[in-house]
Amino acid sequence: MADKKTRKHPMPAQPAEERIKNFNEVPYGYSIETAMEEAKRCLQCKAPRCVQGCPVGINIPGFIRKIKEEDFQGAIDVLKDKNSLPAVCGRVCPQEEQCEKLCVVGIKNEPVAIGRLERFAADWAAKHGKTEVEPVPLKGPKVAIVGSGPSGLAAAGELVKKGYRVTIFEALHQPGGVLMYGIPEFRLPKSIVQQEIDALKKSGVEVQVNTVVGRTITVDELMNEEGYEAVFVGSGAGLPYFLGIPGENLNGVYSANEFLTRTNLMRAYLFPQWDTPIHIGKKVAVVGAGNVAMDAARTALRLGAEEVHIVYRRSEAEMPARNEEIEHAREEGIKFSLLTNPVEILGDEKGWVTGIKCVKMELGEPDSSGRRRPLPIAGSEFVLPMDVVVVAVGQGPNPLIPRTTAGLETNKWGNIIADEAGATSMPGVFAGGDVVTGAATVIKAMGAGKAAAEAIDAFLQSKKGGKE
Amino acid sequence: MNKIVERKDLAPSLIQFIVDAPLIARRAQPGQFIILKVREQGERIPLTIADFDREKGTITLVFQVVGKTTSLLGQLQQGDSIPDLVGPLGEPTEHPQGKYAVCIGGGVGVAPVYPEAKGLHGHGYHVTSIIGARNKELLFFEEEMAGVSDKFYVATDDGSKGQKGFVTTILQQLIDEGQPIDFVIAVGPIPMMKAVADLTRKHQIKTIVSLNSLMVDGTGMCGGCRVTVGGEVKFTCVDGPAFDAHLLDFDEQMRRLSMYKDKEQEVKE
Repeated sequence: MADKKTRKHPMPAQPAEERIKNFNEVPYGYSIETAMEEAKRCLQCKAPRCVQGCPVGINIPGFIRKIKEEDFQGAIDVLKDKNSLPAVCGRVCPQEEQCEKLCVVGIKNEPVAIGRLERFAADWAAKHGKTEVEPVPLKGPKVAIVGSGPSGLAAAGELVKKGYRVTIFEALHQPGGVLMYGIPEFRLPKSIVQQEIDALKKSGVEVQVNTVVGRTITVDELMNEEGYEAVFVGSGAGLPYFLGIPGENLNGVYSANEFLTRTNLMRAYLFPQWDTPIHIGKKVAVVGAGNVAMDAARTALRLGAEEVHIVYRRSEAEMPARNEEIEHAREEGIKFSLLTNPVEILGDEKGWVTGIKCVKMELGEPDSSGRRRPLPIAGSEFVLPMDVVVVAVGQGPNPLIPRTTAGLETNKWGNIIADEAGATSMPGVFAGGDVVTGAATVIKAMGAGKAAAEAIDAFLQSKKGGKE
Repeated sequence: MNKIVERKDLAPSLIQFIVDAPLIARRAQPGQFIILKVREQGERIPLTIADFDREKGTITLVFQVVGKTTSLLGQLQQGDSIPDLVGPLGEPTEHPQGKYAVCIGGGVGVAPVYPEAKGLHGHGYHVTSIIGARNKELLFFEEEMAGVSDKFYVATDDGSKGQKGFVTTILQQLIDEGQPIDFVIAVGPIPMMKAVADLTRKHQIKTIVSLNSLMVDGTGMCGGCRVTVGGEVKFTCVDGPAFDAHLLDFDEQMRRLSMYKDKEQEVKE
């Protein structure tokens, strides 16, 4: 290969025509040989810029050097020092905007494949790594974690390392949050998420499922009656936004949250062996062009839809999804109806979706987001015939906890107000992840969970100090 | 895991469980519901809390065997456990102004209306209850309802017990007789609730109904339970399940409830 030095080693993947018929993971990951070759591309910078791009501050050259030296256990140890979920992050982090964006190799050539190497080390460890976790004697104060998504898992992992007695409260019947209900199996196998959760449990974290904080028990009760000295709220962005156009309650219209939860968490793709149904349809439109929209579109295809469209009001350049996801979607035959804005969902006399009435758009001057504002072209209305519509235009923070916790301040969008370290308006209550920032990435939520764990530790230390 | 401490077969295909669920019993209010799942591969389904005992730490569930999940649930016996049970979900029912309440339950809807009647009765309201079923074999909670009501009526479609006709037949009579009615709470099949709403609208009597929408998580995350109330989209799980009957789009709700009818057939076959 002539371009061995200039380009990342590619990851072998399932061919598009095969993978659209199954829910198995698309890329297979590096072999030992490829990983060691790729690791050689790292320049081992003395002042590594890549680390600055990592929301959890992984010693990136450190773990890559271990891979180069064939010390894979060493590599995973370096990763785990800062990142409790490397198998997850190696798959779903937007590395091209973070570590790899800053990689010095990337100035002239393709950057080092940091994400692929992280995934390699984590997958190696899952098969061959030492499984016993050094038991830390847990005798510190009790800390409650609300929600078992990325921020909650990261916070729990850090706190249990410090000896706190940690309980995670999860509303659903299975822990993992968006990693379980949202991100599809073909992008993040659920067995990997389960392994990470099992590891946390082994290290002493308690997980209480089927508990909706705000309903089953309140934040105040956790602190005043149940003896938790600090609470971390990582309840996520669990409120789907809709378009607010006529016809949105027709049968066959889903939020992306519902479409993905039915498929991922409830395994509707295994219906009728599993009991949860989903309406698939022949022609599916997914409205929106973020990562969630790509996930929904590719899911629809695997469920058996014949034709799947991404319908997006701006142009290709403004699509918020990762390039890798857009590429995968394209390879699989997803159609892109861009500069196309839905104005009404049409239905038949029985109330089932038959199509979307759209208007063609053109780009005008940049708006407040810096992207060129899409403007409707007069008289350009047309109908896309469809029988399922999935709305993937974003999520807001779940309002249950703010609503039931007097004294927890939120902003005008309903996000909990918290500082960099996660401190909220209530002493002892910390928050992080999507419920604070609005829908963002797994790694940013993990970064917030870690930061909050440090702040919780400092808060409880000073509390102890104050008493003595 | 929540243990079934008592099972009672109320009528053919109509089963009552008293379930050990201290955390839920502690906070439950009339109008709230739970979501349960009966096996690993199971679907999550909502059921209204038909009663609760804070001291014993139990809740009462009543369900009709109609589909896959309820038939699996119906195979559980006293001493068995329900693998996944979460709640209490939804907002407690808010009562309109006034002292004279009429509580109407149709079919399995008698179960969710019972805690409403009991709550109102306990707070000193004047409670008139009307329960209805297709025939007398399908009636249940008669004693319970009578025990928390100042006036109590029964209607059956075939006249095998009480008034022959519908719950609305009795409600119409009460209105005609000039009985004071400040508000109505009605729970049952959509056509029944809609008929009650049509009648009370004419007489400008505030009416609350409770919905049993399709939903997945029950915490506002999926939006599958959307309903239109007074032109606004609401989620049954977090904004309801009780809504103003005169503002609710019943036809839309009826349609949305039928979303998986074909799939239900597939599972049964």
